[in-house]
Amino acid sequence: MLSQHLAVLQVVVPLICAPLCALLPLAKPGNKLGNNLAWLLATLVSLTTFIIALLLTKEVSLHGVISYQLGGWAPPWGIEYRIDHLSVYVLLIVSAIASITMLAARKSVEQEIAHEKISLFYSAFLLCLTGLLGIVATGDAFNIFVFLEISSLSSYALIALGNNRKALTASYQYLIMGTIGATFILIGVGLLYMLTGTLNIVDLQARVPELLSSRTLHAAFAFFTVGISLKLALLPLHLWLPNAYAYAPSMITVFLSATATKVSLYVLFRFFFGLFSNEITFEEFQLDKILLPLSILAILIASSVAIFQDNIKRMLAYSSVAQIGYMTLGISLATKSGSIAGMLHLFNHALIKGGLFLAMACIVLRTGSVQLKNFAGLGKRMPWTMAAILLLGLSLIGVPSTAGFISKWYLLIAALEQNNWLAAAVIVGGSLLAIIYIWKIVEYAYLKSPIRQSDKYFNERIEAPLQMLIPLWLLVAANFYFGLKTSFSYGFAETAINNLFL
Amino acid sequence: MSKKRSLILREVCKLIVPAVLLYAFYVQFHGDYGPGGGFQAGVIFAAAVILYALVYGREKTQKVFPASVVRYFISIGLLLYASVGVASLVMGGNYLDYNVLSHDPIHGQHLGIFLIELGVGITVAAVMIMIFYMLDEYAD
Amino acid sequence: MFADYYNYWVAIILMMLGFYIVISDANLIKKIIGLTIFQTSVFILFISMSKVEGGTAPILADGITTYSNPLPHVLILTAIVVGVATTALGLAITARIHREYGTIDENIIHAQDEEEYEDDDEAAS
Repeated sequence: MLSQHLAVLQVVVPLICAPLCALLPLAKPGNKLGNNLAWLLATLVSLTTFIIALLLTKEVSLHGVISYQLGGWAPPWGIEYRIDHLSVYVLLIVSAIASITMLAARKSVEQEIAHEKISLFYSAFLLCLTGLLGIVATGDAFNIFVFLEISSLSSYALIALGNNRKALTASYQYLIMGTIGATFILIGVGLLYMLTGTLNIVDLQARVPELLSSRTLHAAFAFFTVGISLKLALLPLHLWLPNAYAYAPSMITVFLSATATKVSLYVLFRFFFGLFSNEITFEEFQLDKILLPLSILAILIASSVAIFQDNIKRMLAYSSVAQIGYMTLGISLATKSGSIAGMLHLFNHALIKGGLFLAMACIVLRTGSVQLKNFAGLGKRMPWTMAAILLLGLSLIGVPSTAGFISKWYLLIAALEQNNWLAAAVIVGGSLLAIIYIWKIVEYAYLKSPIRQSDKYFNERIEAPLQMLIPLWLLVAANFYFGLKTSFSYGFAETAINNLFL
Repeated sequence: MSKKRSLILREVCKLIVPAVLLYAFYVQFHGDYGPGGGFQAGVIFAAAVILYALVYGREKTQKVFPASVVRYFISIGLLLYASVGVASLVMGGNYLDYNVLSHDPIHGQHLGIFLIELGVGITVAAVMIMIFYMLDEYAD
Repeated sequence: MFADYYNYWVAIILMMLGFYIVISDANLIKKIIGLTIFQTSVFILFISMSKVEGGTAPILADGITTYSNPLPHVLILTAIVVGVATTALGLAITARIHREYGTIDENIIHAQDEEEYEDDDEAAS
């Protein structure tokens, strides 16, 4: 009986457990048992969403698109949850990253967040997870806006919990920019509703081609582009990302860097290839002419700025902006293979950046700082963590046999198919710039001797705890697995794009 | 804060607050028949409590609405809403399908909407009161 | 043209006013007010679009045959709640910022952050 309701359970399970997490400390907020119970509940819920996502994947591979009517009302009058290949691809990523984050979270959260707030932290995390899963699962345009705001509001609250005071200004700036972006998306949805009278994405897709001459449709498209780009952190609307990722609590950076922008990319795919079909997007609205120069600038500028950062979390945040440029570069090539490569990079980058920021969380736990000078000699003092950073850095650069190589390879092939030598050169150039900033970390960690800190014996091994190392190395192993065996990551993306494109 | 407000303010507040609370309940339960519903009712209820807190001080208000209890009501309202959906699942319909909640669809719809709006009203009122309490604490 | 579409003109003017306040004002609370005005203009856009000529408010009553479209009203109720939550969160963050930085002027806060970045850079080199 439960199996027919899987689509809605994907969203409802974290939604119900979020207030339960807030209720858990019972009498006294801040007692240790309550905090640990909250962590346990959040971990179990994340694992449950991952299992539901796996079951949905099996269902979609066997039976095709799943359509679930909320409240028993048939679409297009009612809200419909529509799970197809594209949704299930992103659902797997979000739930997997959430599970790994929660498995590793306990010690880091205890260190960074005030004791009274820890159960509220887990509650807000589950609400963020609900929002992200809801965006991917739903098939109604306004419902996407609602879940987008749920996930964004909980992200603002989570980022503001960081222990540096700059976390507050980072969260405020993200709030202002994110709300403007979401309001633009709302305006776009409203204009589309004005034209067609429906909010269901499948129904809108059927009605849009007749309205191509209408100026309102052009306005709606423009509003969508700006709104989605703000949430996606596409240059030049990326200004909120570096500070938000650098100063948030470490586990929140792990989660957000690997899911929030990926889900915004999913919204781009859903609106620009699902709602407006790809022919309309590229031929009528010429989206590729805007996206291509912005992506190239994003890759080159963000990678260059990353080289000069001393706060390594900020460096990796600018690197994220560059990698988002790679994904939109794939899309802007306006072909199926380009979009497949963009989707593939969505998958692989989540694994890479999630792992890198998880390693950063380990380093913050043991040394308290992510300034570059603190990395001196860390290769001897935290060997497993630094080895993971080295391997993940190789994946970020795109060394063969890693996941990063696969997505860069397919991006190159897609660019060369179009004889777009500039895009190909930029893809390779971005990798060269990535070598520089990864080398900075590796040089300090392995080739410099540890700095002497007052009375502490500076050669002692301060390796991260096992509960953080195991999820970290799970991600490293996943990088190499998906770097060698791409039948799932590439094959599924190919099916998703083939079903989406006309 | 120990300084007392003026007599007029205190007496008028004593007259207004019950009326506002009653109006909040009216708006809550007449959402099907006129403008109203959970969110509006929650805000009006919280407005009454906040008015009382502004005039008489936070400590007196917290004797009736202690912060720890208000915090629980935030979660309880949301759980009520989600539980109605789960109850629909258990009784054989889709999520939030009110038709299966009672012996015939019309009563089911009535019951479903009633409980959902109640959940929303509880959560919104609790959140607004909690926000006021926290911002008032900062002022000290 | 102005008379026929005056509701859209009102929405756009409010939108631009709100947006301008967000961008140009340095006081953090005024930015939030600008954001609220921006969101309110979107609500006006939606609701004015839902009016049907000759229709009354979308509440069932005897003897009335034409109602305005109730769906945008429901959408805007949701959007208003989202806006209220955003404002509340923004004000809470502003209160914390005031406690940590001692000011809510954006320029002064940026200046204090820049000093911290420079201190970090000096300590790093």
